[in-house]
Amino acid sequence: MKLLLVAECRDGIVLGNYNELLSFAGKAGGDHAMFLVGRESSLPHYGGRLYLADSVKHGEYRPDNHKKLLLDTIAKEKPDMIVFCHSSYGWDLAPRVAWALKAAQVSEVVDYVDGDLVVPVCNAKLRRVVRVLTGTTVVTLQAGAFSPAGELGGSPVIERVTGDNESRIEFLGYEAVEAGGVDLAKAEIIVSAGRGIGKPENVEMVAALARALGGEYGASRPVVDSEWVEHSRQVGTTGQSVAPKLYVACGISGAIQHLAGMKKSEFVVAINTDRDAPIGEIADVLVVADLTQLVPILTAKISAL
Amino acid sequence: MNILVCIKQVPDMESKFRIDASAAWFDTADLAWRMNEYDEYGVEQAVRLKEQVAGADITVLSIGPDKVKETMKKALAMGCDRGVHITDSDVSRRDPAEIAGIIAEYARDKNFDMIFTGMQSQDRGSGQVGVLLAEMLSCAAVTTIVDFSYREGRIEVKRELEGGIRASVALNIPALVTCQLGLNKPRYPTLPNIMKAKKKELLSLPVEDLRKLESRQQTARIYFPEKKGGGLVLEGDPARLADELIQILKQKTSILA
Repeated sequence: MKLLLVAECRDGIVLGNYNELLSFAGKAGGDHAMFLVGRESSLPHYGGRLYLADSVKHGEYRPDNHKKLLLDTIAKEKPDMIVFCHSSYGWDLAPRVAWALKAAQVSEVVDYVDGDLVVPVCNAKLRRVVRVLTGTTVVTLQAGAFSPAGELGGSPVIERVTGDNESRIEFLGYEAVEAGGVDLAKAEIIVSAGRGIGKPENVEMVAALARALGGEYGASRPVVDSEWVEHSRQVGTTGQSVAPKLYVACGISGAIQHLAGMKKSEFVVAINTDRDAPIGEIADVLVVADLTQLVPILTAKISAL
Repeated sequence: MNILVCIKQVPDMESKFRIDASAAWFDTADLAWRMNEYDEYGVEQAVRLKEQVAGADITVLSIGPDKVKETMKKALAMGCDRGVHITDSDVSRRDPAEIAGIIAEYARDKNFDMIFTGMQSQDRGSGQVGVLLAEMLSCAAVTTIVDFSYREGRIEVKRELEGGIRASVALNIPALVTCQLGLNKPRYPTLPNIMKAKKKELLSLPVEDLRKLESRQQTARIYFPEKKGGGLVLEGDPARLADELIQILKQKTSILA
């Protein structure tokens, strides 16, 4: 089997997630080459052939243009599988390439077993084994599912790719979501509120438990989107990544984007009414309870210690 | 302005799932169904666009068995003008290219200026249908938007990237955008609007008339993932649970020591 791995670049710097592409390639077996729209000043540590298009000319988000460059490379390289990260770059570009190639695309792959791809279903409550019926396959890999296999090294053999730079989409610039005053990354204890808290008035209940434990409170995305808690307290892929000694997840189901931001916590307690919530997969203790009953009692008992 | 919003009916993710007899999907009986959360943001943005642009018209489209009409009625009550229900009892077996192909076949000659979809569904979560549909219609597409504005035939949107970064991009219509959570605040349908929605056109079309593509992948089986080893599950009376949890924290962590 022959793979083409699609790396990514932001602000002229190659992103480290190409490691995960290599880890997947190791598991799948066979030859591989890499494709990157990026800069020669920031290259992956990769000893193979790198098809490199210049991001100064071709931009970092010009998907119709990147699609053409990638299709030219695919025509040359003739891979059996084109592998992306399941990222804002990968999930945007992959379907465009899959459609052009008349290939099946399998999204957010978490495992590769005997030629079958495994993906999550229903907020990761279930897994689905997918069988592909086309000769060429496009896949995107869930972030963190294929962890790097050790030291990487080498310098790529560069093969330049270029073409026109026409794009229907005009890139205007990057901006950072405004950072707030709370640095959760430094907190040793974090108590986080999820959608299961039910109403904004219950944020205070979670904050009170955090205070009783001497920690900070955080929140999952739905709670921040509802503006019950400010963005600076959001834990997850699009918020902060944390690694406290204790993480208490209150009413958080455990979407992958949230887990990615807190799974390095030393000890995880999840309080949830749903025994099958995916947070249970990584929790050291899952307390199946109504948090509105349990949390005030827990806070009172801890305060009394 | 002619607007299309594509929505999907999905089970409530808090449901207790059971695997069905085929072992290739979950049992769809006894589940609560609702609008895919991402699609609610798409409907809301379409309605806001209609409020901005005089004479705009919104078609909401969904594929599935008869019960998806319940979800479509919510979209109509939120402000969509008409519904197109593509009747299909096999929707859960179709792959993203088949689904996009069905919608493209419907949309091809309708000259939509703007198409909104969710960035992914909560059940299958492929995140492909919107982009595939745009490719099939040769229309420009931007995924994962968290901000949208329209002015004189051109849209400006912000894409959400990893690590708290956004990318601003601009493009001309016709365009398709896939909507991320937090794009806006989806409205709750008011009672008068729910009553009005009952009178709105809801056309049903058989999927056989629109399906031109064959499936490119199939589900071999689905299963429940194994729980992490050693994870303790506590249940029972809240006061006793609190005591147990405090004991565990004392023993297993340096907290409360």
